[in-house]
Amino acid sequence: MKTIKELHQIKEEKRRELDLRVNTKADTREKHILVCHGTGCTSSKSPEILEGFRRILKEKNIDNVKVIKTGCFGLCAKGPIVIIRPEDTFYAMVKPEDCEEIIQTHIIEGNIVERLLAKDIDGTKVNSLDDLNFYKKQKRIALKNCGVINPEDIDEYLAFDGYQALEKVLTEMSPKEVIEEIKNSGLRGRGGAGFPTGKKWELTRASEGKQKYVVCNADEGDPGAFMDRSILEGDPHSVLEAMAIAAYCIGANKGFIYVRAEYPIAVKRLQIAINQARDYGLLGNHIFDTNFNFDIEIRLGAGAFVCGEETALLESIEGKRGQPRVKPPYPATAGLWGKPTLINNVETYANIAQIILKGSKWYSSIGTENSKGTKVFALGGNVNNIGLVEVPMGTTLREIVYDIGGGIPNGRDFKAAQTGGPSGGCIPKEHLDTPIDYESLKEIGSMMGSGGLIVMDDTKCMVSLAKFYLEFTVSESCGKCTPCRIGTKRMLEILEKLCNGEGSELDIYKLEKLAVNIQKASICGLGQSAPNPVISTLKYFREEFRQHAIAKECKALECKAMSKITINEEKCKGCGLCQKHCPVNAIEGEGRNPRVINQDKCIKCGTCLTSCPFKAIGN
Amino acid sequence: MHENENKKIKCCCGENKKDEFMEKLFSQYQPIKDNLIQMLNEIQEHYGYVPMEAQKELSEFLSIPMAEIYGVVTFYSRFSLKPKGKYNVSVCLGTACFVKGSQKIMDRLQERLKIGPGETTKDGLFSIEETRCVGACGLAPVFTINGEVYGKATVQKLDEVLDGCFGDGDKKHLKK
Repeated sequence: MKTIKELHQIKEEKRRELDLRVNTKADTREKHILVCHGTGCTSSKSPEILEGFRRILKEKNIDNVKVIKTGCFGLCAKGPIVIIRPEDTFYAMVKPEDCEEIIQTHIIEGNIVERLLAKDIDGTKVNSLDDLNFYKKQKRIALKNCGVINPEDIDEYLAFDGYQALEKVLTEMSPKEVIEEIKNSGLRGRGGAGFPTGKKWELTRASEGKQKYVVCNADEGDPGAFMDRSILEGDPHSVLEAMAIAAYCIGANKGFIYVRAEYPIAVKRLQIAINQARDYGLLGNHIFDTNFNFDIEIRLGAGAFVCGEETALLESIEGKRGQPRVKPPYPATAGLWGKPTLINNVETYANIAQIILKGSKWYSSIGTENSKGTKVFALGGNVNNIGLVEVPMGTTLREIVYDIGGGIPNGRDFKAAQTGGPSGGCIPKEHLDTPIDYESLKEIGSMMGSGGLIVMDDTKCMVSLAKFYLEFTVSESCGKCTPCRIGTKRMLEILEKLCNGEGSELDIYKLEKLAVNIQKASICGLGQSAPNPVISTLKYFREEFRQHAIAKECKALECKAMSKITINEEKCKGCGLCQKHCPVNAIEGEGRNPRVINQDKCIKCGTCLTSCPFKAIGN
Repeated sequence: MHENENKKIKCCCGENKKDEFMEKLFSQYQPIKDNLIQMLNEIQEHYGYVPMEAQKELSEFLSIPMAEIYGVVTFYSRFSLKPKGKYNVSVCLGTACFVKGSQKIMDRLQERLKIGPGETTKDGLFSIEETRCVGACGLAPVFTINGEVYGKATVQKLDEVLDGCFGDGDKKHLKK
């Protein structure tokens, strides 16, 4: 338990010490080596790198250098990432055996290790993070502290104005004033639907009941999206602080964070953060010497996509099968154990403290007319800079894919981008210049969703993509309502027929009809939005569906039943590379003679396609 | 690996003593219904699956009918009723990995091990699992074996890993 005075003291001392993290001209002889410990970098051995640095520093008796574990820097494609402050040198794809050289050359001799510098897409080497095109168009609010602070040290969070918003709210503002401020900021729910956050808080506050709850939805189920995870891993206190502010506003004293068990690092760091906040008296009773009491518990999910739906999530917290409830009543009036409950998404919470500290005017000056602030996207798929990006609302897809993402690898063309995961849709080439916000994405048949943004190049088959999403919804449908349980299954069967070359034009018609009925008749958001991937691919890539149905042809070679891989005799030079790479020895021929594929053995894996230097293999 | 997979938990009646892990679990939690999923998560983590005996004990401890517990266990994909194999190979089928060709990895894996996702080979050596995003999208496509991540995977790399990293005794299970 710390007094307010002690907290301020920690903040000031630590802030001086950490000046070198944000100020390249900091006057200090200290250096900090920051090693990314997000999930991506951790799976490519960043903990070993951290240990390596510490061991070598100890051996060499260097005491003015600290090695710090941080959250995600965002540029996952270049991981593991190491940054040295204050000079802000950015080393990419570092291996544990590089530690020695970095310490010797950089720390001891003061020279930059050229070969480890990150390269931009055009091949130029860059010295610092901010020089990369990847970062230039970004604006970091929710990710402000990710990659800057050590997420397992509350003092570092305090140093960068942590818990100051909570103090301000508890000591200077009434709940109504806070809600007004959030409403004025224009912040909308970042989980996907975009409901105005301030309005939600107001509704929950107005509900009658002695016991109320605050819940954080961290059940990030969209496959390929990892924004919320990165925030929890890189800046867990920002979520705790915002939940406390929300609790003060609606009159709750208990909070739950529902987080996926598949995110072990996030769960661990959250638990550390909660323990530290309790130790400092920032959770518990009489927070900041007021009458406000609040505590938070973690609840683990167990791998059910539908639990991202708010009422299903509540059922799951109560220990039951995660089946959605019929709404109304909404959670604001009857939520957890029938009590009024406020549910917000991780990223929504991560914006709150900044809005309180910098004001709603500042926040609402960013973004478009109806969508304020920034949005974090998990950029993935066929794009050069895979990673986490935070951009102001209204940024165009082209800017994200080409300027920030560095374009499509292997000189391929852009075909479509998918937002909103299994509930969203595809955005084709002609809409690349659409400014991204809640309304514009809806207009073109997709949705904001929680922030997964998957780029696809021209080798992707859209019918099999639609099938992929339907497979997902079928396996994740909870089974409560018939349209979703049976309807999506029927849709999947039709898509399977199309992909197997057994479909007809009538099937496309049936698909459309089913889609509309499922949308209209399902109970919850999962069912209502499940047909979206099919509807939007049909809207923009109908020709491809027709090719599958009528000509029984898959130009992308993804639908195995229809594709037959052959070698063009004229183009083949007999180099034998394909033979070497084929995992099933299906390619026959010797010497300089053209090779032939034995169709009985071929598993159509496509390895030979990519290995042929003469582009002689195709369908 | 799940070191306890061979250690059967025993029934609480008769002479057999309760399993130590379960005893400890019951001392950590209040016997209220809300704790069901939390406790199942711990059981899954410990044994690598949720044994029927453990469900029976939970049913008594929390005063929830077996049918309801079974309903919860089968609803959530993290819980498994069967033990996983010695090598649990899990292929990421999240969108980022799918776009980069993880389905081909999955197809090849099933072809070689002759089992489907969620199944274990008869001798208990291998099991296959589908996961949705392990969080290493920068390394897509990825598969993991007992939690260790293999990034930028190709069919060839999968073959190499399957061929190379297991002892000779295990190799007979790999169809070439």
